[in-house]
Amino acid sequence: MMEFKNNKGIFQQIADNICERILSGDYAPGDKVQSVRQLATQLGVNQNTIMRTFLELQHSNIVENRRGIGYFVTENAPDTIREFRKEEFTKEILPTFIQQVKLLRITKTELEPLFNQLKENEDENK
Amino acid sequence: MITINNLSFAYKKQAPLFKDLSLEEGAGQIIGLLGKNGAGKTTLLQLISGLLTPNAGEITVNGQIPIKRSPEFLEQIYFVPEEFIMPTVKIFKFVEAHAGFYPRFDRTLFNDLIKQFELDQNKVLSKMSHGQKKKFRIAFALSTKCQVIILDEPTNGLDIPSKAIFRQMVAGALEDDQTVLISTHQVKDVETLIDKILLVDNGRIIFNNTIIDLSEKYDFKIVSHLPEQVLYSELNPMGYKVVTAANGNTSEVDIELLFNAINDGVKFN
Repeated sequence: MMEFKNNKGIFQQIADNICERILSGDYAPGDKVQSVRQLATQLGVNQNTIMRTFLELQHSNIVENRRGIGYFVTENAPDTIREFRKEEFTKEILPTFIQQVKLLRITKTELEPLFNQLKENEDENK
Repeated sequence: MITINNLSFAYKKQAPLFKDLSLEEGAGQIIGLLGKNGAGKTTLLQLISGLLTPNAGEITVNGQIPIKRSPEFLEQIYFVPEEFIMPTVKIFKFVEAHAGFYPRFDRTLFNDLIKQFELDQNKVLSKMSHGQKKKFRIAFALSTKCQVIILDEPTNGLDIPSKAIFRQMVAGALEDDQTVLISTHQVKDVETLIDKILLVDNGRIIFNNTIIDLSEKYDFKIVSHLPEQVLYSELNPMGYKVVTAANGNTSEVDIELLFNAINDGVKFN
């Protein structure tokens, strides 16, 4: 069975976007994240939904709540996010990818760009 | 905030619309009121606003009984009906005359919202298009800062960019002690805005749940083949739109699909 559309809950989508911005460097550790009201206004999304986003991010130690001031990106946020993303990759993206590889009978030669990237990653880690 | 106990209501010489309807809603929510045509959405909103008298049962809003229409009640509620007639006065004159009824009226917010909707305060209300009148009423409603704001089909007549502005306004302008009740058939217009769904059918509230709860308990997706444990499915150009039990992940709630599933008899708890 193929799944074409399976969006995450809206609070999760917003959390993913904030994580993406932390990974890309838009937000550095120690930076203040936009407030609940700012995000609600920008996105047209219920404030309770955004509150839930921050609760999730706080629970995962990606942001911390400084009372009365707002939410701030934690020191370890980029590493933490990478760990979460890796887990998601292994559990969800990789099996779907393998399934497609099987279904389309993809060969090694066709996946060369992938192998090149893997080699580059390994060289970087040396 | 809004409490309804065993409400019954019937229009004259008609079968009862509500029988024994009960409801309890707290502050700080944006509630989407859904239901088929003729289910009684507007009637329920009018009962809560004190525009209609219940046949039996009781309604209290902030401890006040709506139909008594006391000033303490009226200054805390604002109702934007689906259809309305506006007087032949300029916007700023209307605001001068009406803002005083609402102790928390926020003029700075009003000016800001009017600007966002691209309305001119020197325009005469009766001469504006339906969509512009609606935008004015929505901006005025939010500026009252009333604890209960009722919007009946607010996005009907709004142009495409205004619908997004509407969502941004409502999401951004609310305080913790306010509750917004939005009745609509245009669920896509309010999908990200509401945090709770109430569904009225056959004289009762047959569904009352938060979006977050639904997104954690159920999976709404489009698939090529029907899975085995499916709660509800609909044909779709890509295969099927389905609702299944959640598999540990959260899912974006497809309110139209949910509505059809409930109508089809699927029980969500």
